[in-house]
Formats: sequence, structure tokens, C-alpha cells
Amino acid sequence: MTEITLVEAIRQAMDEELARDERVFIVGEDVGKRGGVFRATVGLFEKYGEERVIDSPLAELSIVGVGIGAALYGMRPICEIQFADFIYPAFNQIVSEAAKMCYRSNGEWTVPMVIRAPYGGGIGGGLYHSQSVEAFFAHVPGLKVVIPSNPYDAKGLLKSAVRDPNPVIFLEPKKGYRLIRGEVPQDEEILVPIGPARVSRQGSDLSLFAYGMMHYYALQAAQKAAEEGIDVEVVDLRTLYPVDRETILTSVRKTGKALIVHEDNLSGGYGAEVAATIAEGAFTDLDAPVRRLCGPDVPAVPFSHPMQEWFMPNPQKILQAIRELAAF
Amino acid sequence: MTLSDETRLEMYWMMLLSRRLDERAWVLHRQGKIAFHISGIGQEAAQVGAAYALRRGYDWVAPYYRDLALMLCLGYEPREFMLSLMGKREEPSSGGRQMPSHWSLRRANVVSHSAVVATQCSHATGIGLAIKMRREDKVVLASLGEGSTSQGEWYEAVNWAAVHQLPVIFLVENNQYAISVPVEKQMAVPSAADRACGLGLRGVAVDGSDVFAVHQAFTEAVELARSGKGPTLIEAKMYRITPHSSDDDDRTYRSREEVEEHKKRDPLLVNRRILERDGLLTASRLEEMESRAKKMVDEAVQYAEQAPYPAAEEAAYPVYAEEVRHD
Repeated sequence: MTEITLVEAIRQAMDEELARDERVFIVGEDVGKRGGVFRATVGLFEKYGEERVIDSPLAELSIVGVGIGAALYGMRPICEIQFADFIYPAFNQIVSEAAKMCYRSNGEWTVPMVIRAPYGGGIGGGLYHSQSVEAFFAHVPGLKVVIPSNPYDAKGLLKSAVRDPNPVIFLEPKKGYRLIRGEVPQDEEILVPIGPARVSRQGSDLSLFAYGMMHYYALQAAQKAAEEGIDVEVVDLRTLYPVDRETILTSVRKTGKALIVHEDNLSGGYGAEVAATIAEGAFTDLDAPVRRLCGPDVPAVPFSHPMQEWFMPNPQKILQAIRELAAF
Repeated sequence: MTLSDETRLEMYWMMLLSRRLDERAWVLHRQGKIAFHISGIGQEAAQVGAAYALRRGYDWVAPYYRDLALMLCLGYEPREFMLSLMGKREEPSSGGRQMPSHWSLRRANVVSHSAVVATQCSHATGIGLAIKMRREDKVVLASLGEGSTSQGEWYEAVNWAAVHQLPVIFLVENNQYAISVPVEKQMAVPSAADRACGLGLRGVAVDGSDVFAVHQAFTEAVELARSGKGPTLIEAKMYRITPHSSDDDDRTYRSREEVEEHKKRDPLLVNRRILERDGLLTASRLEEMESRAKKMVDEAVQYAEQAPYPAAEEAAYPVYAEEVRHD
């Protein structure tokens, strides 16, 4: 087994899919010679050429729109949006076009494409290099929304996303690109199915739901809690849409308590959907109110370090929320 | 490419058939038999001229909602149009999910579009990109209204096609109005073709009432695109003779005199005169075309009226490709 970083897992997934299927290509800003601003495509330009690793104009809506056109023609584009914060110009193409294509053509046209975007704060990125955008897209039938939390899942889910016949929004926790390391076998093909959440730590006192960077912190907090005698079950949601309600409910029915953590703003965030799922499907199993620990309702993550840390959930804040919920 | 007499008459026939179908849609709306119609009356010549320069069924098309004549040239059938107007199940673009005239026809390489204007432009560019990657000699036509050229969507798509020298032809059907807003409030240049020049691709303005002039312009653009010489934008000037849609009242923003004046350049009239001048279109021939069109329109309406609606539960799918049913 070899330990690799999250961003290396993503690079490997694209490398393998480019090699496997000549319909696959990458398009985005600085993905070619530069190898991506986060180096996620490093070496691929040299290996596959400028026709399959395309430096696009600085224009997000057409990165997606052109990807859609190519997908309609039978290609398998991987579109990179440099930061999730810059995805809004493409929102129209994603929501009006990619997501609705299959439905509106009664299945005559489908859009097999992946839209990759680094998301999340804690990296000194300020308002426009830190945003979490998952709630916007996890509201849209026709899309699949995937957020990996570790290198194994990142590789396996991205490879599955490339092979998926639908548009997949693939959000990557940029703070974890090099921070999160994990074992990924290099001598076998890894495919992780899109859809199921994963119980990443078994526990009996409460259920902690998280994804991406917050899942990484959730495991750390759960470890600390265990030292205090609190047995936390951690669920990595990883496919946010369609929602894996069964895994959520199964866990809550077992523990009777639910804590949801995300760095996106609280109100209308993905945690609201998880909480509603629990209220509808596991009400009588609850021993405490559902608790959400989320980014505050301010427009985005501020730049200055103290303010950034005020915004961001972290293992200490999660541990405190665990203690409070466990004591209820 | 010289057009045979037979083809020139056929092109006129396509325009005539489109006009009679379109007019019937207005009648059906007034009769309360359909909920909505968006018209292409006055725009038929540009669409037919463009279509006949393509290898139909081989080349690809990303159209917009006024392209009934274009669609008919690509093999869309009158009964399919009537099914679409009535929201019937076997309507081929969407199975009754989309409003009428929101085209999609896989068998003719016509991709599905939305009502959000100019979004089809980048799809055409993407198709062009894929054609180039596969080293094929197909071309793709994107059509749009002049109002759409105000959109950033249009700018990005055209810029990209020019940068990558893709085999895309953008047809701007300049019918002078975007609902109520006249073209002077869309652009500070005389023609959308001028907008193209700033982006580094050929921009051509042509009389959109003259089907043969449009055809000539398109033939040149298609040849260039097919031989790897990149995109062209063709603006066909015309006039939207009807209100924007069946929900619009154009008396609130333009005079009857203005509309009557432009009817003198109705493409059906203009091209009839050309063909009469050339001795191709006789009174008896025209009469035969008219009665054939009436018969086809009648049959199409009758067929569509008797066709079933989709079952209500069909609205639940197909959201994802895995749910596509082939029944």
C-alpha cells in the first residue's frame, strides 16, 4: 500500500481515465502547461497533449457550456472550475442545461460530464477563494453532487464520476489537498460507487454527519471524544445528492442523537436536508434535538486570520458540540 | 453550389409548408385548442437557406424556438409539430415536457435547447470542439435571435469558436425585436456581423428574405468550416411579422403601419417573385403546393388531436440517464 495525498489521488484518477477512454478530456483554466493552480493536472498536458488537456479562455460559463456540447456529441469532459467561488457564471449552464437535459428531452440527450471544483475555507483565501457551494447544487434534480473526504474515495469516486452517464458536481476540499493523506493501492483499479454514504467510525452515543474537510475534522473530534468516554458514530455523506437517506436514518435509529457539521452557512445549508430527513424518518428514535454546527450566516469566509478562524468549524468546536449533545 | 430548379422549388415548398403550419397554430390558439405558440413567420427564408447548405442528418444543429422551417428541412414532420403544440405523448422533442417549439430531434442531430436564450451557443461550440478532436468533417449550426447576441453566453461561445477555429456557423436571425425591444437597443453597431469582426471571425450580413442569397452565404461558410478554416457568423436581416408569442400584444410597442410596411418584404412573397421571374413557379404549381400543404396540415392536426396525452406519472422521469425508458 502506498500513502498519497488527496490531490495526488485526484490526479491519478484523471490520468487513469484519460488513458482508459479516448473520449475523456480535461478543460479549464490553467489546467494545461501550468498543471492547474493546485497542480491537480500536473503532467497530464505533457502526457496527453493540448487537445485532451485544454487551456480554456478565462470564461467559466463556457467551460461548462462547451463541455455540455462535447458531451452531447459523445465525449466525456472533465471541466475544472478553478475555485468553487467562480462557478456562478456557469450556474445557468449547470442548472438550466446540464441538469435538465435528460428530463427535457425525455432521455434522448444525456450529459455525461464531471465538473470539478476546489471548495472550502481555512486557507487564507478570503471571501472569493473559500466558499462552499454544495447546497446550491444539492437542490437540483438531474445533478449528482459528490464530495470526497480522503484519497481513496477521491480517486474511486472521481473515476466513477467520469464513467457516470449524468452531470456530476465533484467538489474537492482544497484545504485537504495536501493535508489529507491516505493509503491507496497502486496496483489495482479503484471504483467507489456514487450514491452510498459510508459509516467511517462505528459508535453508539451519537451520530456525527459530515463530508469533505469537516469529515476529516469529525474523525479527529470523535477520537478525542472517545478518550472522554463518548462513543461517536461518524458518517461520511460523500454523495450529497441524490441523498442517501437510508444510511442517515439507520445511524440515527441506532444512536438516537444527530450532530451535523459543515462549513457552508447554516441557514438553508445541506444540514437542513439531513435534519429534515431525520425529523421525518426517525422522530421517535431521537433522544435529543438535532444539532447543527455550521459556518455562520455571514456572506463568506473573511481573510484576516482571527476572523477566518471565527468562521471555520474545527476539531475543538466539533468536540465541544459532541460533549453538549452527549450530555443532553 | 448551383441549385437545380427542382431544389429551388423544394426550398420554396418548405417555406410555404412552414408558414401554413405556423398560421394553423395561431388559429388553434384562438380556438382554445392549444395553450401557447411562438412563431417563425417572416423568418422562413433564412432558415431554409441555411438548412439547404448543410448535409442534413450528418451535420449538427443547435436551434432556437423560431426555427420551425429549419426543423422541417431537417426532417421534422408536420404531425410532430402539432403533437408538440398539444403536449402529446409521442411528441419527439420532450414527450410533452417542454413548451412547443423547444426543439430536439436526435435522429436529425438536433440537440435540445432551453428557453434561456443564447445557452445553445456554447453547446454548438462544444460540438464543434468534439468534431475537431475526432478529425471529422462535420459542421454545426447554431441559430439565435439578435437579442441573444447581447448575452455573455453568446460572446463566450463565439470567442471560443474563433480562438480554436471550430467548424461552427452562427446564424443570427435578426428579426428586429426581442419581444418589445428593438434592435437599436441591443447593439450600437449596424449588424451583429460587426460584433463578430471584433472577435476575429468572419461576419456576414445577408438579406434574410432572399432564401437563395442566404443559401449562397451559408454554402461558403459551410465549405470553410468543413475544410478546417473556422467559424463564420451570418446575420440574416428580416422582420418578425407576428407578436413575440401567443401571449404578446405587439400593438403596445409598434404601429400597424410599420408591420404592414414590412409585410412587403415577406419572404414568401419575395421568393415567389424570384421563382416566377425565373419561370419556375406557375400559378398551377403554386395552387398544387397550397392544396398539398393544406392537406398535410389538416392531417397533422387530426392525428395530433386523436393522439394520447402522457400519463401523469410519466412526469416523474427520466431525471437521470439510468431512468430512460425505451417504450
